[in-house]
Amino acid sequence: MSYLTDRKRAVGNGAGSEGTHHHWKMMVSSICLVVLVPFFVFTFGAGLGGTYEDVQAYFSSPFVALVMALGLIVGLRHFKMEIDEAVEDYVHGLAQKLTLIAVNAATYVLMAVGLFALLKLAL
Amino acid sequence: MADVNRGNRPLSPFMIGPYYRPQMTSMSSILVRITGIASFGMVFLVVCWLLAAASSETAYDWVNWLLTSFVGDLIFLLGTWGIWYHVLGRLRHVVWDFGYFLDVETSEKMGWGMFIGATVLTLITIIAV
Repeated sequence: MSYLTDRKRAVGNGAGSEGTHHHWKMMVSSICLVVLVPFFVFTFGAGLGGTYEDVQAYFSSPFVALVMALGLIVGLRHFKMEIDEAVEDYVHGLAQKLTLIAVNAATYVLMAVGLFALLKLAL
Repeated sequence: MADVNRGNRPLSPFMIGPYYRPQMTSMSSILVRITGIASFGMVFLVVCWLLAAASSETAYDWVNWLLTSFVGDLIFLLGTWGIWYHVLGRLRHVVWDFGYFLDVETSEKMGWGMFIGATVLTLITIIAV
C-alpha cells in the first residue's frame, strides 16, 4: 500500500494528461467552426473545378481569400486536436510522442503552404 | 482503492461488438471522430489544389483534373458529407456541454438528426455548388 493519496495518483493521468484545457479548446473551436465551415464549404466549392483564369480571378477576392485563410487556420488546428485525442487514446509510449510530433508538423506545413498559396493567388 | 485492477481492464471502444451491442449513441459518436480525422485529409487535398493553382497552369490543370475526375468527385462527395456530419456532431457536443439534452432518448434522436442532417446538407451543397 502506497502512502500517496488516490487523488495525487490520479492527477495528470488522464488520456491527455492536461485536465480540461484540451476540452475547452475543442469547445471554442467547435463553436467558431459551426459558423465558419458553411462559409468555407460553399466558398471553396464555388471555386473548385473552374478554368485556370477563373480560379485566379475568383481567389483574388478579399472575401474568398479571408474565408479560405480562416478556414485553413481554425480548421487545421481543430482537426489537429481531433487527431491528438485519438492518438492519446490508442497510441502509447514513444510511438505516441513521435505520432503527436508528426501530426503537429503536418498541421503547420499544410497551414503554411495553404496560406502561401492563398497569398500568391490573392495578391 | 486505486491499487485495484490497474491497467488490466477492457477499454471502452474495444468492448463494442463482443461485449457491448452497437448503439445509436456510440456509433454516432465514433463517426464524429472518424469524420474529424478524415477532414484533415480533405484539407490536405484542398491545400494541394490551392498550391497547384498558385504555381502554374500546367500544375493546376493536372491537379484540378485529378480532383474533379470520377474518383476525385467521389472523395469530395464523401468529404462533404463527413465535414457536415462532423459539424453537427460537434454541435451536439457543445449542446451536451452546456447541459442540455443529455437523456438517452434525445441523444439518440440527435444521432439520427446528424445522419439525416448531414445527408440533406450534402445534397444542398451539390445543388448549390
